Amino acid sequence: MTRQDTILRVENITKSFNGNPILRGVDLTLRKGEIKILVGPSGGGKSTFLQCLNCLISPDSGQFWLEERPVDIFSKKELYRYRQQVGMIFQDFNLFDHLTAMDNVTLALRKVKKMDKKAALARAIVELSQVGLEDKTRLYPAELSGGQKQRVAIARALAMDPKVLLLDEPTSALDPDLTGEVIDVIRNLAKKGMTMVMATHQISLIRTLADEILFMEAGVVVEKGSPKTLLVPGTRSQGFCDKLNSLSGEGI
Amino acid sequence: MPEIIAIIKDALPYLLSGGLITAGIVTGAMALGLILGLSMAVGRVYGSTAVKRVIGIYVWFFQGVPILVLLFLFYFGVFNYMGLNLSAVSAVTVVLGMTTAAYQANIFRGAILSLPQGQFKAASTLGMSDIQTILAIILPQALRLSIPAWSNEFSIVLKDSALAFVLGAPEIMARAKFVASRTYQHLPIYIVAGLIYFILTWAGVRALARLEKTVRIPGYSNKGI
Ligand SMILES: Nc1ncnc2c1ncn2[C@@H]1O[C@H](COP(=O)(O)OP(=O)(O)OP(=O)(O)O)[C@@H](O)[C@H]1O
Ligand SMILES: [Mg+2]
Repeated sequence: MTRQDTILRVENITKSFNGNPILRGVDLTLRKGEIKILVGPSGGGKSTFLQCLNCLISPDSGQFWLEERPVDIFSKKELYRYRQQVGMIFQDFNLFDHLTAMDNVTLALRKVKKMDKKAALARAIVELSQVGLEDKTRLYPAELSGGQKQRVAIARALAMDPKVLLLDEPTSALDPDLTGEVIDVIRNLAKKGMTMVMATHQISLIRTLADEILFMEAGVVVEKGSPKTLLVPGTRSQGFCDKLNSLSGEGI
Repeated sequence: MPEIIAIIKDALPYLLSGGLITAGIVTGAMALGLILGLSMAVGRVYGSTAVKRVIGIYVWFFQGVPILVLLFLFYFGVFNYMGLNLSAVSAVTVVLGMTTAAYQANIFRGAILSLPQGQFKAASTLGMSDIQTILAIILPQALRLSIPAWSNEFSIVLKDSALAFVLGAPEIMARAKFVASRTYQHLPIYIVAGLIYFILTWAGVRALARLEKTVRIPGYSNKGI
């Protein structure tokens, strides 16, 4: 891998809430097409880190490079441009409740990318079809199932052509029988080479998709490595996954 | 009895045109309140500490002082002092507008705060600016949620507008008082005046209920504010 392959690099991200250090210097380097998965106990800082990565939470310190160009996160203009390129999927979908599935996807295309109506609609249809929702475009979020909502959220993020996608437990708010459809979409993204950072407790995703697992605890990455090297007896990650296993009964 | 009917018949056009003036005052006041109140709500939720404080003082002042005092204070005091030569009708409209703005600011602020915060985050991750997000995502939802409370506020402002007669604005109440004192038919005249207020309230509330229905989003559960 050459240096140019690096899409996103952050160094020494720290964040405290009311004097409690939540992130104590986290680094991350993401190459094109790479998938990194964050695991670790609740409260370890996974969500905080993911939201620091696109400055939804502004970190107390930290440097950012997008394709090796430094990002000045304190310049609003630069921040808005940076965020366009770093999509995010949330646990609880966060669809715009007053807009149809279609309009959820077209809104930012029109407002941010300044596309005309026709082009935005065409793009939205493509993205919604990709996630299997071409027949639900006129429905409002309240009329969709959890799995469908999350797929709209994914279509909405992908329509912006992000270089990196951040996913924060994309399936954990879903009923067990609805996780499959979202997992399939994520697998498809991986197959197409999407660069991703994902926090998840889905063992099957961790094992099959991760290029690298980052085990986060108390605001630091305490272990990292490929599933092969990390998911072996004796590591923290394996111990953690064992626990997940016994909870979910899912094989690893 | 026929005499009373004749008096009412005579007075009715006069009272009804007072109704038009009342309707004008209330429409103007509610519109001013909407623009000011919405801006203040946004400032109070998303503004800097200084902005929040200034708006807080404004709301506190207009909620704390009786409308009658405000009417005199502005009509004979502030407006005069500023060299503004407003008619009674304009002065009443502005004062009622500034007062309802304080209440509307609270209505809209409550609605904004009741929205799930995640939608703001989601818009940010798409590269939308804060202003774009507020205009395209927050306000359309907050306004919908506010309609019932706004309708309530409308009926209060309509009734408060009767105080305008103290400044001599020729609205329903002033005209009713004038006719009643000339004809000594207080009871029937004030019943008619009351009916005109009632019809205006009813029409406005009905129209807003319809609006609420028209803009309702399928499946959206209005948690209320
Ligand atoms: N806005 C906030 N204010 C104060 N404390 C916060 C805030 N956000 C997060 N925290 C704290 O930061 C810590 C890390 O939270 P975070 O949500 O990042 O953990 P997580 O690893 O995502 O956990 P989970 O697996 O439960 O999602 C927690 O102790 C949490 O209480
Ligand atoms: Mg989390």
